[in-house]
Amino acid sequence: MDIRDVENLAQLARIELSEVEKKNLLLDLGGILEYVKQVEGAAKAEKPKTENNIYNIWREDDLVARQFSRELILKQFPDAKDGFLKVKKIL
Amino acid sequence: MIDLKNLTIEKAHQDFLDKKYSCRALTEEYLKVIKQRNKELNIYLEVFEDALKQAEQADKIFAEGKATKMTGIPVAIKDNILFENHVVSAGSKILENYKATYDSTVVRKLKEVGAVILGRTNMDEFAMGVSTENSAYGVTKNPHDTERVPGGSSGGSTAAVAIDGALVALGSDTAGSCRQPAAFCGVVGLKPTYGAVSRHGLIAMGSSLDVIGPIGKNVADVETIFNLIKGSDEMDSTSIPENFYPKKNVAKPVIGIPRTFLKEGIDERILTNLEEVIKKLKSLGYECKDVDLPFVKYSVPSYYIITPAEISANMARFDGMRFGVHKDGANLNDDYFKTKGYGFGKEVKRRILVGTYVLSAGYYDAFYNKATTVRGLIADDFRKSFERVDLILTPTTAGPAFKIGEKVNDPVKMYLEDIFTAPANLTGLPAISIPSGFVEEAGKKLPLGIQFIAPHQREDLLFKIGRAFEIVRG
Repeated sequence: MDIRDVENLAQLARIELSEVEKKNLLLDLGGILEYVKQVEGAAKAEKPKTENNIYNIWREDDLVARQFSRELILKQFPDAKDGFLKVKKIL
Repeated sequence: MIDLKNLTIEKAHQDFLDKKYSCRALTEEYLKVIKQRNKELNIYLEVFEDALKQAEQADKIFAEGKATKMTGIPVAIKDNILFENHVVSAGSKILENYKATYDSTVVRKLKEVGAVILGRTNMDEFAMGVSTENSAYGVTKNPHDTERVPGGSSGGSTAAVAIDGALVALGSDTAGSCRQPAAFCGVVGLKPTYGAVSRHGLIAMGSSLDVIGPIGKNVADVETIFNLIKGSDEMDSTSIPENFYPKKNVAKPVIGIPRTFLKEGIDERILTNLEEVIKKLKSLGYECKDVDLPFVKYSVPSYYIITPAEISANMARFDGMRFGVHKDGANLNDDYFKTKGYGFGKEVKRRILVGTYVLSAGYYDAFYNKATTVRGLIADDFRKSFERVDLILTPTTAGPAFKIGEKVNDPVKMYLEDIFTAPANLTGLPAISIPSGFVEEAGKKLPLGIQFIAPHQREDLLFKIGRAFEIVRG
């Protein structure tokens, strides 16, 4: 791993990092990944028998009024106009 | 003067019924303690202004004859549990001054019975940590030795209960964050079965592992809160109803001890304490057997692949657009970079990047898939063991509370704190940490905790053995 990898990851995650942060993260990430990669050896051994009984829960596509404080939500927009969230132009 | 030290939920409830003092008076006592000690210990990030008003409401409920066990009981909540119109910041700068726009299900349940929510407690940022040192608002000091950490990430909640700054508290547990600080602070911390308590309104960290957990001074209090907050919730599709898992009839639980796992890197005094605990349990007639959990040593590495992966997805929403801190950049994209660069702390950034890495093409298979496979193998280990035993016993931590600053700069060293607690989160099993003794260092008595792990939805077994152990422990 090198500094460019850290920069690419930061790009994907949309996080601005200082040069010092990048250097420290390179060290940290190196150490962490070195430590966690032992799972590869463990996983080679067998396939788990515990049933993966995860399934999706769906609800009916009904319009149900919910209690949310619209006022509180709008109040916390960094910038708003006429009850709409205002952001910088996208295109 | 109310004797807070020996107070329990049951006693407080009886005192209220006997009109020994009002709910308002009891809340005032706790507020006094907080006022005296919070500056030094940094336990509460905020004491809610409406606490006394809540207490007065509770008095009204008593007057109407509608009170239940939890009415008027002062509760502290971790800073990642939503309470409408109150600040909730997950210990992070990025949510500084963010006000919850709805009640979490657990808070709704507390409000329904008239419990008094005193304030929000300090935590590691977004629950990422084992010491509360990763909070953007300063570390919380362990009340038993203020040079040491209270544990994390629910360090504020456990310290609050330890100093009688709340009678009970709520924390959250993703790899041990209720149990480990409970052990360090000398209180009881429960990690319920995954899904037993609704996560609606809990700021998510690792969605397949997070659970809200109760913290108290004794097992009975923890059981009372658990009974209040548990239950399936249509707002959380991962929540489960009562009796979702089959229940084996257990007359007297057989206790399994994973001895092969209890060898490396553990403080001798912890092992000695464990043997004392085993002796006490045997004196109560409990049979103790050895169990083998061959894959459990991969819990921490697999956890630190899976959780950062989930974190990298869950943290994406904090972008300064609709809520929280907003930092201005040259354009929209730059807004994101600047907001996250400013708002996220070191550990959060670390985990987001690790998560991004292990989920990226080329590495997904080697890391994330393998970790998920290992997670299944660990679940197998427990399932097989629970065919022979009914509970598994381990120390909660590998040592007593460590010193502030001792581990914070070494991520892997920090991660190893989760060695005994992470397995329960990976497998969804319920587990409880109960104070089991003390070790002495430099004239200070540092609490230790032991942990019982039970099969899915067998919190009843944890409470039963917990209460029995409390009596024999003294």
